[in-house]
Amino acid sequence: MINAVGRDIPEEILKATGKEVFQGTHHFDGFEYQTASHKVKCVINSNGTKLVDSIHDVLVKCGIKDGMTLSFHHHFRNGDKVLNMVMEEVHNMGIKNITICASSLGSQNDPIVYMLDDGTITEIQSSGVRGQIGKAISEGRLQGLAIMRSHGARSRAIESGETHIDIAFIGAPTADEYGNLNANGGKADCGVLSYSAADAMYADRVVAITDTLVPFPNLPAQITQTYVDYVVKVDEIGDPTKIATGAAKPTTDQRKLLMAKYCTDFVVATPYFKEGFSYQTGVGGASIASTKFLAEIMREKNIHMSFGVGGIAKPMCDLLEEGLIKTLVDTQDFDQDAIKSVATNPNHHYITASEYADPFNKGAYVNKLDFVILAALEVDTHFNCNVVVGSDGVITGAQGGHPDTAAGAKCTIVIAPIMQGRIPTICTDCTTVTTPGEDVDVVVTDYGIAINPKRTDLIEATKDKGLPLKTIEELRDIAYSITGEPEKVQFGDRVVGIIEGRDGTIMDVVRQIKKFEFNN
Amino acid sequence: MIENPNKKRLRRSMMFLNAQKPSLIKDPYIYKIDSLMLDLEDAVAVTAKDTARFSLYHALKTIDYRGSERVVRINGLDTDLWEEDIRVCVAGGADVIRIPKTEDASMVRAVEEKIVAAEEEFNREPGSTLIMSALESCKGVMNAYEVCTSSDRMIGVALSGGDYTKDLQTRITGTGVELMGARQQMIIAARAAGVQCFDTVWTNLDDMEGFRKEVQMIHDMGFDGKSCINPRQIDIVHDIYTPTQKEIIFSEKVIKEIDDKKAKGIGVFTVDGKMIDIAFYDGAKRNIMLAKAAGVYKGDL
Amino acid sequence: MEIKKPAVAGTMESSDCQVTVEPGEGKIDFTLDSAVAHQFGNQIKKVTLETLANLGVDNVKISIVDKGALDCTIKARIEGAVFRSVDQYKDLPWGGAIR
Repeated sequence: MINAVGRDIPEEILKATGKEVFQGTHHFDGFEYQTASHKVKCVINSNGTKLVDSIHDVLVKCGIKDGMTLSFHHHFRNGDKVLNMVMEEVHNMGIKNITICASSLGSQNDPIVYMLDDGTITEIQSSGVRGQIGKAISEGRLQGLAIMRSHGARSRAIESGETHIDIAFIGAPTADEYGNLNANGGKADCGVLSYSAADAMYADRVVAITDTLVPFPNLPAQITQTYVDYVVKVDEIGDPTKIATGAAKPTTDQRKLLMAKYCTDFVVATPYFKEGFSYQTGVGGASIASTKFLAEIMREKNIHMSFGVGGIAKPMCDLLEEGLIKTLVDTQDFDQDAIKSVATNPNHHYITASEYADPFNKGAYVNKLDFVILAALEVDTHFNCNVVVGSDGVITGAQGGHPDTAAGAKCTIVIAPIMQGRIPTICTDCTTVTTPGEDVDVVVTDYGIAINPKRTDLIEATKDKGLPLKTIEELRDIAYSITGEPEKVQFGDRVVGIIEGRDGTIMDVVRQIKKFEFNN
Repeated sequence: MIENPNKKRLRRSMMFLNAQKPSLIKDPYIYKIDSLMLDLEDAVAVTAKDTARFSLYHALKTIDYRGSERVVRINGLDTDLWEEDIRVCVAGGADVIRIPKTEDASMVRAVEEKIVAAEEEFNREPGSTLIMSALESCKGVMNAYEVCTSSDRMIGVALSGGDYTKDLQTRITGTGVELMGARQQMIIAARAAGVQCFDTVWTNLDDMEGFRKEVQMIHDMGFDGKSCINPRQIDIVHDIYTPTQKEIIFSEKVIKEIDDKKAKGIGVFTVDGKMIDIAFYDGAKRNIMLAKAAGVYKGDL
Repeated sequence: MEIKKPAVAGTMESSDCQVTVEPGEGKIDFTLDSAVAHQFGNQIKKVTLETLANLGVDNVKISIVDKGALDCTIKARIEGAVFRSVDQYKDLPWGGAIR
């Protein structure tokens, strides 16, 4: 069945998942539903502690068995040790057919890739997958389907009961013996525990794993004792030096600076750039540079940002300190500066992933965004974006908040060079659609800026401002004139993963990779 | 042979690019550099001199450099490489050949001879390949005027500060004092010969403020442009070479007044109530050209 | 042209490719290792065969390790390797066999 972004979703996948095809970003606006519930094992006794000696013991107490769904957060990013630690114990106990529901998976999880081959892990739900696990899924080594969904969609899946978590594991930088958890003040701080909020509220069992036990009560707590069943102390939950993505150093790459300048010039030319505007940006070199360029203009024109949201890094924290940003609302921290800021600056707030981006609650922060600055592996002439599947057909990236913020923001800007090596980033049709073109307003490249034709207001507002405006087809043609017209990636038949829309519908499917064969 | 119309084109920025590196020569025009200098000489390892020529040939033939001029620096006349370098440049259609380590007019004429032969061999229009000379020694700087006037194809001379200061028995100090004499000598020689003059590179990319000061200085000395090694330097050069709005408005008035009065056969010109000389005309034309290149001129000239 | 000895041209840097030629066994043996094979593998093969035909080479083992090179770079590296294999560095046929 063909969906709203023109992708043909196989009937057997619709049948197997019970899902509908994507019918447009606003199809479910106003939809009413009953949220899920969860089992609670009450604690009335006054033993005064929830401490359990080991991961093994806590798995036994939680009644671990074949076929369960276990959840994890990725706030420690490349430094995470919790997921592997728990899964190794699960594997040692001979448990099979586990579904992993993680906020993201990356190269830090490479050591457990063998668990896909031996059937320990048979389904994965994540915001895309980087590293060896992504490769293994693309090679068809996961028995079941991988579901790749955005941060907002993950909250929706859990809150609506589509995904029911049997045991949630929450790596907590600090915890007291009764399960009050915080993300700061320990050995490996991660700033916020946003992704785990829904897990804590909707899982049957909730296990906190910490390396820093603090005296009761651990306040303020981001996740409180009423949700937590057990607390396990281990040696190390994460490597704080690997949380930073290496983005802190300002780029000196002139191509990125050029795109950043085009982006800033565009932002300033729109009617949304005025006192009290709101803004989200990523941690790519061009995004960070455009934030800095924008700050110069904010200073010059005495314009302040009402709030900045999303994954936070140092440049945004600096602007908060300076007073150019009034408030930061934070779902993830990309460097130590951001972690320190959320722990100390009273205007830098923790929010949950649901508050951030969930389309199935009573209104998320992304809906209040004026601008979001995003990146993409591919953008096609329908403005559809791909942020998950690489040019070799392998699952290599994550949606993160891409589809959520794109849907919410009044002006969604994607920054991407026109080509990466020989691969044209601007193309006729994306390999895989992960964010629908209806939500993408502007594409900024090193060769010029294209505005989505449906945004006649933006076209009108930004004309005659000296911007290098082009149509998306012109950008594609320039790219193809340099690289040549690419052929489609050759995939096998088997569907190995689905790209879920924010609302739980199917945006696209990802098929097993196939070795390239010449035409003749 | 008619004069090549590109001989006096705008050359505010001239950026060095290793002709052997595909990632560098693929699309440097996005930085809107006036002249790209594809290097076969120092940037290319001795073991890659041959393969660099094939890269250069196909780059010249197939890549649309979108208005950026294509200069090629050939290997020195003291090597056995320069003659084949000239053949590939002319066959590929390079706009300008840059001669390194030029000491006197005879070297320019030796290159010109090979260019003439190559233009015939590869059926190129006679005179289509221009020449520029890098002066890299005290002797070269002393002979600046001779070099500037050595060929009709000569677009100008460029200072190569590194080699020159070694010959001078000093070094690049960052103050510019060691280059003062050469810069003055060269700009005077170039202007006397009616050709252009380009300054040496600034290599310390961590000191952008120093770079800006140096560009301002050579701009004020009369240089036509600056040699660059990184795209980060381009915007600064173009910024300094952009006339102010005041200069642009004045230049526009000068050109309109002189064109208008000349058409009426009047020989006395006034702008804003003051008498002006015909000598203002070329400078005004040049200001408008610079303003257009910077995208800040919206008038109808 | 007859390939006289094994020769290599190009690098493994991004946007470049490394081409190795060796005397053949009466035909063209082509192997390709490219990160962009899916999108451009057929095109790279086409450019390779055209370039060899222009050079008059029909008896060669040629292998290309490609790092996303454009056609103009692939041609240049093939020509570079072929002329190295015959030790010709002067009076090259620019605009003739090299085109």
